[in-house]
Amino acid sequence: MSLVSKIDKPILIGLGFIVLILAVGTVYTLSTQGTAVFLSPNYLMQQLHVGAFLGITAAGMMMVILLGHIDLSVPWTLAAGAMLATAIGGPLGALTCIGVGLTVGLVNGLGVAFLRVPSMIFTLGVNTVLLGLMVMLTGGHAPQSAATDLMLFLGRDRTLGIPHSVIVWALVSLTLVFVLTRTPLGRYMYAIGNQEAAAYLSGVRTRLVIVAAFVMCSLCAVIAGLALGGYSARAYQAMGDAYLLPSIAAVVLGGTNILGGQGRYAGTVVGALIIVLLQSVLSVMQMEEAFRQVIYGAVIIGMLLIYSRGRIVNA
Amino acid sequence: MLDGGPAAPVGGADLVMRGISKSYGGVHALSDVDFASRAGSIHAVLGENGAGKSTLIKIISGVVQPDRGTMSLGGNPVRFASPLEANAAGIVCIFQELSLMPDLSVADNIAITDPPRTRLGLIDGRAQRRQAEALLARVGCEDIDPRERVRDLPLSRRQMVEIAKALGRHPRILILDEATSALTGSDVEKVYAILHQLRDEGLSLLYISHRMHEIEELADTCSVFRNGRHIETFKKGDHSDDEIVQLMIGRDWSNVFPPKPARTSPPEPVLTARGLTWPPALRDISLSVGRGEIVGVGGLDGQGQRELLLALFGVLRGVAGTVSIGGKPVKIHSPASAKSPEIGMALIPEDRKTEGLMLPMGVADNITMAALPWLTKHLVVDRSAEAEKIKEMVARMQIKVSDLDAPVATLSGGNQQKVVIAKWLLTGARIILLNDPTRGIDVGTKQEIYQLLRSLAAEGAAILFYTTDYDELIGCCDRVLIFYDGRVVRELSGESLTETNIIASSLNLQPGEIPTGAVQ
Amino acid sequence: MKTLRFAIAHNLGLVLAIGLFVVLYAIYVSMHPNYGMNVVLQNGNEALALILVGMAQTMVVLIGGLDLSVGPLMTLVNCFGSIVMAGTGGSIVLGVIACMALGAACGFMNGCIVVYGRIQPIIATLATGAIYLGLALFLRPTPGGRIDGDFAWAFTNDINELGYTYGWWEDLGWFGLIPLQPIYLILIVVLVWLPFRRTATGRGCYAVGSSEAAAFMSGVKINRCKLTAFTLAGFFAGCAGIYLTMQIGSGNADAPQAAEYTLRSIATVVIGGTSLYGGSGGVIGTIFGALVLRSISFIFRVVPESSALGFVASPLLQPFFEGVILLIAVSLGAARTFRVRNRLSLFT
Repeated sequence: MSLVSKIDKPILIGLGFIVLILAVGTVYTLSTQGTAVFLSPNYLMQQLHVGAFLGITAAGMMMVILLGHIDLSVPWTLAAGAMLATAIGGPLGALTCIGVGLTVGLVNGLGVAFLRVPSMIFTLGVNTVLLGLMVMLTGGHAPQSAATDLMLFLGRDRTLGIPHSVIVWALVSLTLVFVLTRTPLGRYMYAIGNQEAAAYLSGVRTRLVIVAAFVMCSLCAVIAGLALGGYSARAYQAMGDAYLLPSIAAVVLGGTNILGGQGRYAGTVVGALIIVLLQSVLSVMQMEEAFRQVIYGAVIIGMLLIYSRGRIVNA
Repeated sequence: MLDGGPAAPVGGADLVMRGISKSYGGVHALSDVDFASRAGSIHAVLGENGAGKSTLIKIISGVVQPDRGTMSLGGNPVRFASPLEANAAGIVCIFQELSLMPDLSVADNIAITDPPRTRLGLIDGRAQRRQAEALLARVGCEDIDPRERVRDLPLSRRQMVEIAKALGRHPRILILDEATSALTGSDVEKVYAILHQLRDEGLSLLYISHRMHEIEELADTCSVFRNGRHIETFKKGDHSDDEIVQLMIGRDWSNVFPPKPARTSPPEPVLTARGLTWPPALRDISLSVGRGEIVGVGGLDGQGQRELLLALFGVLRGVAGTVSIGGKPVKIHSPASAKSPEIGMALIPEDRKTEGLMLPMGVADNITMAALPWLTKHLVVDRSAEAEKIKEMVARMQIKVSDLDAPVATLSGGNQQKVVIAKWLLTGARIILLNDPTRGIDVGTKQEIYQLLRSLAAEGAAILFYTTDYDELIGCCDRVLIFYDGRVVRELSGESLTETNIIASSLNLQPGEIPTGAVQ
Repeated sequence: MKTLRFAIAHNLGLVLAIGLFVVLYAIYVSMHPNYGMNVVLQNGNEALALILVGMAQTMVVLIGGLDLSVGPLMTLVNCFGSIVMAGTGGSIVLGVIACMALGAACGFMNGCIVVYGRIQPIIATLATGAIYLGLALFLRPTPGGRIDGDFAWAFTNDINELGYTYGWWEDLGWFGLIPLQPIYLILIVVLVWLPFRRTATGRGCYAVGSSEAAAFMSGVKINRCKLTAFTLAGFFAGCAGIYLTMQIGSGNADAPQAAEYTLRSIATVVIGGTSLYGGSGGVIGTIFGALVLRSISFIFRVVPESSALGFVASPLLQPFFEGVILLIAVSLGAARTFRVRNRLSLFT
C-alpha cells in the first residue's frame, strides 16, 4: 500500500494538470516577458486568495453531490448572506449571515429529505425565493452599505502575507475532511450516495443526514459570501452567480461522482485550483474571454473522458 | 440426443450449445456446458440458485456473451452481441425481472421492438392497439386495457403483459425464467394452456422453475445444472422427484445441516407479535420466536412473508397489531429504532446488492455501517476499536478478503452475504430476521450460514428465517410457519416438518394428517 | 370516453399545467385595462423564446438527463444568427436554416459526448455550455449586428403585418390579427413533435427514460434514442436563438441571460408535468409550464399600484412569488410521499 495508490487517480491527474498549466504559462511568460511570473510566491498566493471563494463554495457543494443531490440555491444563498451582513452591519450582520445559511440549508434539506422533491428543482425554487427576498429588501438596487470590518478581515486582509480567506478555506477544509473521514456522519453520507435503501435498512437516519449535508453546503456558501464581500469591499446582487457552475465543475473535476457516493475531499481542492489557475493563466496569456470559455469547457470534458476511460478499464 | 433430430417444424428451431463457459471476475458461472433444446418440446432447466441457469439463459438471449463455446440455431452457428440480435433470430425471453417500461402503456410495451407502422413510417396507434388486444386475448387477459399504463397494473397482470409481449415477437425459442412466480392461480392455468399450445405449434420452450409440480405438469425433458455444470438431461418420468432433487443438490446434502438440539421445554419467547395486519399483504398474523429458536417462514413466494419481516423491522407504515420484546410491548417505527439496544433486531434483507450493501464502498466500511453508533466516542469514530471489531468479524465469519478497503462489489456472492451478516452481528442483535439469505450463493457458504445460524441460536438469539427453499426449512428450522395469502395457515414442527406437508400447506390444501396450525 | 379518461390520467401533469395557466391568464385578462390582440402578440413575443428553450430541456429530461447547455446554445445561435441572417431575401432563409442546423449539430455533439464518452448529461452539458458561450463570445465579443429590419418586424408580428411588409396580402380581417408566435409553436408541434412521438425512436426515448434496463432488454436502440433526443434539444434551442435574434435584431453573448434561461427551462419542464426522473411528460406540457411562469410576471404588470393589492403587487415582489409558486407546485407533487406505506419504495 504505497502512498500513491492511496491517492485517487483523478486527484493525481488533476495535480499533473495543475503542473501542466503552470508550465505552459511559464514557458509563455519566459518567451514573451522573460519572467517566470507564474512561479512567484506572490502570484501563487494571489491565486489561492481568489481561489478560496470558489474552493469554499465547492467544498459545500461536494457535501450534497456526495449524496447524489445538487444545490442550485448556492448563488443566492451566498449573495443573500453577504448582502444581509453588509446591510445590518457589525457582528449582528455576520450572525444573520450565518443564520441565513442555516435556514436555507434546513429548508433545502427538509424539502429534499422529507418531501422528497428532486433537489434540482427544490433548490432552484429556493434560489428564486432568495433572489426575490433580496430584490424586495434592496428595492432592486445594489445595496449602498459597504463590507463590515469582519468581512474585510476575512476577505481582504492578510497576516504574514497569507490572505485570511485562504486560512478560512483551510479551516473549512479541515473541518469537512474531519467530518467525512472521522465521524459517522461522513460515513453515512457516502453510504447514502451509494445506496440509500441499504443505508436506511442499516438503521441510518437517512433524512437527518441529508438535512445535515444541505446545511453544511449552505453554511459554506454564506462563509464564502462573507469573505467574497470583504474581498470586493461590498456585497452586490449577482455576486454568487459566477460560483454555481464552477463549483459543480470543481467537485466533478476532483473525481467526485455526480451521482454520489464516491469522491475525496482533496479532489475538490484540486478541482477548484485547476479552474482558478486555468482562468488566470489564460488571461495573463491575453487569451480572449471567448477562447478561455472554450478551453475551460474542453478541459472539463477532456479530463472526464480520461477518468471515465479509467473506470471502464477497472470494471 | 444432442443432434440428428428431424428438421425443425415451421416456427420452431433446435438450439444446440457446445462447450459453453462463462466466468464473472474469477467465479465460474458456467464451465464447459453442452446443452440442447429441441423444437416442439418444453425443456425444464433445473438447478439450485447459483447453479448457472440464469447465466445460460442470458447467453442464449444475448444479454451476456460466453467466454468460450459455440451455439447453433436450427443448424446454423450463431453468436449474439445483444438482446436485439437474439431477438431478430427468434429468441424471446421472459425474465424474472420484468422488462416492461412502467411509464408506457400496455400497447406501447407490447409493440416496443417492432411497432406496426403507417405508410408514412409512423407508429400506427390503432393497429398497435388491435395487435395488443389480440395478444392479450391469446393469453386470456381480455380484461387488460391496452391503453392502461403498466405502472398502474398489479404485478400479476404485468407478468401476463410480459408474456403477451413475448408472443408478439414471433418467438422460435421462448425462454421463461421463473415466469410464473408472480402469477395467481387462474393465470397459471392459462399460461400452462398457452405453453402447451405453443409447443404443439412446434416452438422450442425453455422453462426455469423451482416448483416441482410445475415441472411435472409442463416439461417434456429436464436438464439439471449444479455449480455451473450440466449434470444430466433426461425425459420426464425417467427420475423420481427425490432423484431429481438429489441431482440438483449433489450427494452430501444430508450432512449439510447442523443437528437440531433436542428441546425439553418450550423456550422463553423473545419476539412476540399479535394481530399484525397490513392489508392486503398481512392479515392478522400472530407469532412468537423463542430464545435459541430458529423459526422458519415458508409458503409460496409473495404470500406476505417479506412484508412480515419489513413490518417487524419498522419499514412499513400503518401496521396494526402489537409487537413485544421479552414480554414488553414496543413500538418500532424505523430500522434505526429496531437496531437500538433495547430492541436489538437485525434484518438480513432480500436483495443484498441494493438493500444490504453499498457495493462501491470498502468491506470494512460495510461491516461497521450498522454498528457505527456504538463505535463512536464524542462524535468521532473510534478507529482502533473499529479496526479490532472488523478483524474479529472477518475471522469469525471467515470472509475471504485480502484488502479490507477493497469495494465489497469485488467479493463473491457468498462472501458478500457474509459481510451483510457480519454487519448485523456487530450490533449484538438478539433477534435476527433473515429474508432468503442463501439466494444466489454457493453451497459451501450456504453450509457455513446454516452452522452460523445454529450457533447464534445456541448463544441465545431468536431467529426468524424466511426462505423459498424447502430443504432449508426442513433442515434448519425448529418450527416452520406456512404463509398463504397474508395469513399463517399451518405450523409444522418435528415429525410433521416434511416436504409433502410444506408443499401441501403452501397450496393451502387439506392434507388430513396435519393438524391446523394453532399458532402459539 | 374511455380513451379520454386514459388520456387525462396519463397526462395529469399536463392537465394541471393547462389549468394553472388558464386560471392565471384569466386573472391577467380580467385585470388588464385594454386587453386585445395586440396584448396577446406582446405576451407571445415575451414567452416564445422561453417556451422553446423549455422544449429543448424537455427532450433531455425525458431520457432521464438534464441539459445545462440549452441557454448557452440559444445564445450561440443568436450570435450566429445576427451574422448569417443579416442579408435580405433568400439569404435570410438560408441563414435561418443554417441556424437550425447549428443548433441541431451542437445538440448532436452533446449527445455524442454523453453516449460515447459515457459522461453524465448534466456534467457534459455544463462543459459544452461553456464552449457554446465561448463560441458566442467569439462571434460577438460585444453586442452588435443588425438583421434586416423588415424581416425582423414582419416575422415577430401578426399575419397582417407579415403580408403588409412583403406585399403578399392585404388586410385579412380578424384572421390577420392572429399573432405569428402561436403559429410557430403549432407548426413545430405538428411538424416535429407529434410525428417524432410516433416514431420508434421517439417512443424509445420514453422507454429509455422510464427504465433503461428494461428498454435494453426489449431491444430498444438506446444510443440512437439518446442521440436523437439531444439533437432535437439542440434544434429547439436553436429555434429559440433564431426567435431571439429576430426579436432583438442583433446578437449578444449575454452569459447571465443564458444562465437564467437554462435554470428557468428546468422550472418550465417541471411545472409542465414532465418527470425529472424521465419517461413521462412531453413538450406540450412544457409550453404551458412556460406560459404559467410568464403569466405570473404579466399579472404583476397590470395590478394597479393604488388598489388594495397594490402593495403585494409591486414588481419587486415578482421574483419572490415566482419562487414561492414554483416551490408550492413541486411540493404538492410530493404529497404522495406521505401516503407511501412501504418506506423502501421511497428509495427507488
